[in-house]
Amino acid sequence: MTKRYEKLTAVDNLSLDIEQGEVFGLLGQNGAGKTTVIHMLATLLKPTSGSATVNNFDIQKEPDKVRTSIGIVFQVPSSDDLLTGYENLQIHAMLYGVDPSIREKRIQDALELVGLTERKDDQVKKYSGGMRRRLEIARGLIHSPKVLFLDEPTLGLDPSSRETMWKYIQQLVKQEKLTIILTTHYMEEADMLCNRIGIMDKGKIIALDTPTNLKLMLGGDIVKLKLKKHDSDITVLKNLSCVKKIESLDGYVILSVDDAKMNIPEILKHVEAESVESSSPTLSDVFLKLTGKNIKEHAEGGFMERYVQYDKN
Amino acid sequence: MLKVDSWRDMYNMTRIRVYSDKIYALWLREVKVFFREKSRLVASTFTPLLWLFVIGSGFSSSTSIAHSIDYQKFIFPGIICMSVVFSAVFFGSYIIWDRKFDFLKSVMVAPVSRSTIFTGKAFGGMTNSLIQVSILLVVGLIIGVQFSPLALVQTVVIVLLLSFALTSLGLTLGSYMTSLEGFQMIISFVVFPLFFLSGALFPIDKLPQWLSVLTTVDPVTYAVDALRNIILGIGSHPLGLDLLVLLLYSCVLGALGTYSFRRMKAV
Repeated sequence: MTKRYEKLTAVDNLSLDIEQGEVFGLLGQNGAGKTTVIHMLATLLKPTSGSATVNNFDIQKEPDKVRTSIGIVFQVPSSDDLLTGYENLQIHAMLYGVDPSIREKRIQDALELVGLTERKDDQVKKYSGGMRRRLEIARGLIHSPKVLFLDEPTLGLDPSSRETMWKYIQQLVKQEKLTIILTTHYMEEADMLCNRIGIMDKGKIIALDTPTNLKLMLGGDIVKLKLKKHDSDITVLKNLSCVKKIESLDGYVILSVDDAKMNIPEILKHVEAESVESSSPTLSDVFLKLTGKNIKEHAEGGFMERYVQYDKN
Repeated sequence: MLKVDSWRDMYNMTRIRVYSDKIYALWLREVKVFFREKSRLVASTFTPLLWLFVIGSGFSSSTSIAHSIDYQKFIFPGIICMSVVFSAVFFGSYIIWDRKFDFLKSVMVAPVSRSTIFTGKAFGGMTNSLIQVSILLVVGLIIGVQFSPLALVQTVVIVLLLSFALTSLGLTLGSYMTSLEGFQMIISFVVFPLFFLSGALFPIDKLPQWLSVLTTVDPVTYAVDALRNIILGIGSHPLGLDLLVLLLYSCVLGALGTYSFRRMKAV
């Protein structure tokens, strides 16, 4: 699938299979093409070339069937803020042709699921950012879709609302039999929620695996040592089987080690160290390694982030 | 009780029901928003009243109109049309806001056809105009304009036709615009000319040639003329002609609006 704008190729020959029932994450910086992928899969944008199927329906030939199969939560909440939470759900249930006999029940269940039953008769403009996002999720689920798209579900939320949001998403995964496709530029979010992650950069998927395997790509844990007898000890370390790689930096020795917890005592039997530090690689390290860019540098300056900020003022 | 002959009938009935449900949903949203945006409601009711009372009374003393009708009463049908022009065109172009706040995107990602969205919106605009006109009709009774039940029904028909045509026009313009700055352009180049050229404030019989041409192409002219005919019993064209022209404009602008909605980009 490719999406080209005049000079910019937003999505470059992307090919991807997402399994039924998995939580799939598209991870990348702003502008990597994540949202464009979602918009194409949701039939809002036509691909320049290529195509895709969602729930076995072709996105170009059967858009209505695709639309009925999916729920979507946009980057910026799109509920009408003059209407109450309940009214927003009611109107969307009708737009999706939810049968009147089960409509009421679906609305109640959806409100219950996102914890908004108490506030359902308040106008959305009185909701907090986190509540709005939750309402969007409820709205996305109102017609019992097979696939749920979450485009940056926690963008612009404060840390505690973000954690609440994760809790609700995890609960969702347990309760509903859904395939979830989410985009994010928050590493810990992808790590915590997704079964598989595709890392996107400049419109391409440059790595695709489970979070654990992605981290294994970096070759184990990092152990940082300050040695007493620097030169002779390095020779000793080179002969240890658990040590994969050795680098020196500012008088420290940095080792790549399989399973640091188990092997540090073994290492310390052979060398004398003044200090020891160890860390497990995070997805941020993986991202840095793959793209040569630190995802956090640009994370706060993106267009949508500014838009959200503007919206608050 | 409806008799269901075959599964196909049942299927068709379900389809029709789902379809009307969708239009109802879109209409319901517009009506609820209309009543909750208090400032918009108050402002759009106040402006026509200002015209009716200030311009109406102000010119009453110095202007003589054929048939020796009081100027305030003479412009009353025009003021009704004015409130329709403002409410309908604005309502239509308000779709820019829907897009700005992504509400429209959430509708377009639903299994709802563009023509259904258009229809729901147009019904919303017509309801909106009708509510404002009702307020004005009550004010009309107060200033001594009388109408029979038949005249009332005829007025409603004309108002709905004009409102449909102009809401369609607003929706068409709104569907092409991406920024709120375009709003000002609509006010200057669409709303005011439609209103001023319609003969809402003056008789259209003895105008200079150039002005006469412009009033002839303005759809609002025919609504003003029709309402003058219905309410005051004076008109420049036969009522049937007014109705025909309004119907024609409704069809053309409705079709144009539907076409514009079809080609409107979702994101």
